[in-house]
Amino acid sequence: MFKIAKYIALDIIKSKVVMAYTLLLMAICISVFLTDADVTKGLVSITTIMLIIVPLVSVVYATTYYFNAAEFTELLVSQPISRKNILLGKYIGISSSILSAFLIGVGVPVLLFAFGSTGIILILTGSLLTLCFISLAFLASVAMRDKAKGIGLALMIWFYCSIIFDGLVLVFLYALSDYPLEKVLIAITAFNPIDLARILVLLQLDIAALMGYTGALFQDFFGSGFGIVFSFGLLMVWFVVPLIISLRVFRKKDL
Amino acid sequence: MENIIEVKQLKKSFGKLQVLKEVNCSFGQGGIVGILGPNASGKTTLIKSILGMVIPDAGEVYFGGKPVARSFDYKKQIGYMPQIGRYPDNMKIGELFKMMKDLRNVHDNLDTDLISAYGLDAMYDKAMRTLSGGTRQKVSAALACLFNPKVLILDEPTAGLDPLAAEILKDKIHAEKAKGKLILITSHILTEVDELADDIMYLFEGNIKFHKPLSALKAEAGEQKLGKALTKILTQNV
Ligand SMILES: Nc1ncnc2c1ncn2[C@@H]1O[C@H](COP(=O)(O)OP(=O)(O)OP(=O)(O)O)[C@@H](O)[C@H]1O
Ligand SMILES: [Mg+2]
Repeated sequence: MFKIAKYIALDIIKSKVVMAYTLLLMAICISVFLTDADVTKGLVSITTIMLIIVPLVSVVYATTYYFNAAEFTELLVSQPISRKNILLGKYIGISSSILSAFLIGVGVPVLLFAFGSTGIILILTGSLLTLCFISLAFLASVAMRDKAKGIGLALMIWFYCSIIFDGLVLVFLYALSDYPLEKVLIAITAFNPIDLARILVLLQLDIAALMGYTGALFQDFFGSGFGIVFSFGLLMVWFVVPLIISLRVFRKKDL
Repeated sequence: MENIIEVKQLKKSFGKLQVLKEVNCSFGQGGIVGILGPNASGKTTLIKSILGMVIPDAGEVYFGGKPVARSFDYKKQIGYMPQIGRYPDNMKIGELFKMMKDLRNVHDNLDTDLISAYGLDAMYDKAMRTLSGGTRQKVSAALACLFNPKVLILDEPTAGLDPLAAEILKDKIHAEKAKGKLILITSHILTEVDELADDIMYLFEGNIKFHKPLSALKAEAGEQKLGKALTKILTQNV
């Protein structure tokens, strides 16, 4: 499993995409910190950008790589290696590369310019979000036979989480504005890892109330401490469950 | 002699297309079996089911008496040469061989005959993506033999090889048979199967039409050549 991961990580490092992603993240973080004197505002800006770029790059890159390495997978399946180890090896190889890019691109600048508990929460959340979207990418990849459909599905997942979801929530609120919906809304947030990540960082910043309806609700409902634990736990679910489902699907997949 | 591979009531469909319809067959400890059949008759699918690359809808494959479903250790004893060898594009030939040894954790008792016979060691720095189809086939063949497996499964091994390279491979197959190995070969080149095979298995639309010794087949048809014998038997059956 780790040997497979090693070969994949070495292969990815040779490509320029992950390097470009690292530099892009780093450029964004450094320019935000240099232009904004207020560190907290800087962290909010970085969070906003991170919540768009990190899921998009993670889900699309992981899906593309999965399909581009189809030959490798086929070769491995004919060898005495279990399918579970093949898929987990791929997961570890791909996620360690993308995660390193994030840790270097965002982690290093944040620790340098904004060392503190908020910075650490931001890094943790971004890492977890990366893992969630790679898990979702794997799910899209094992569910589809060809590359175009796989990448299409990956983009749909991102589109749903970052754009459609908010729209749906608004429509929902508007349509049912006569009822007390707070608890329902909190439950709904659990269906979007990006929302969970946003709430996680903003609760830590103690400005959740400023940032949209669900954030305020979370703070009211849980208080900051429990809210953080709760959304952290749910993000873990988003990381682990799609990966487990992918393993099950992959076990029965024809190559 | 106990059978090393047994296939029992194997069924496989892709969507609506029934590719294998209750295939039953078994292969003994040694000898060369030629698997014949028209295009799309299910030869590759049968082979891939034995290797656990295609998951059957029903039925079971046994290797050395144990079911292969959800197991993988048995693949240590199989060398597989795919019909279309596909390898990581960016990898060099040398890196590929090194990686396979590393992944299997086997570094001794390797069979490098084909690597040297095909002069692959002189091309270790070439990337897989830049190789010609035939060279890729040579890599596949060398890889199938590398770990000295008990069983060789070769899916159209000589398709795309130049005559000289094909001759080298045939000699190798004979040599492996002499060591007592079981070798399954699919091929559309009947003269080649005629030279190599001890037994013939004929697949037609997902069913096994017959599976018998080459000599019996020829005797039945009263012909000396496999090509003629096959034509005679198949036209009689219609
Ligand atoms: N993964 C797959 N998905 C869908 N259909 C498939 C798949 N693999 C094979 N088939 C179909 O199954 C049928 C049998 O294919 P198979 O490759 O087993 O034939 P074959 O006997 O090896 O043919 P050939 O002589 O051309 O190599 C074909 O119609 C093929 O299109
Ligand atoms: Mg075939």
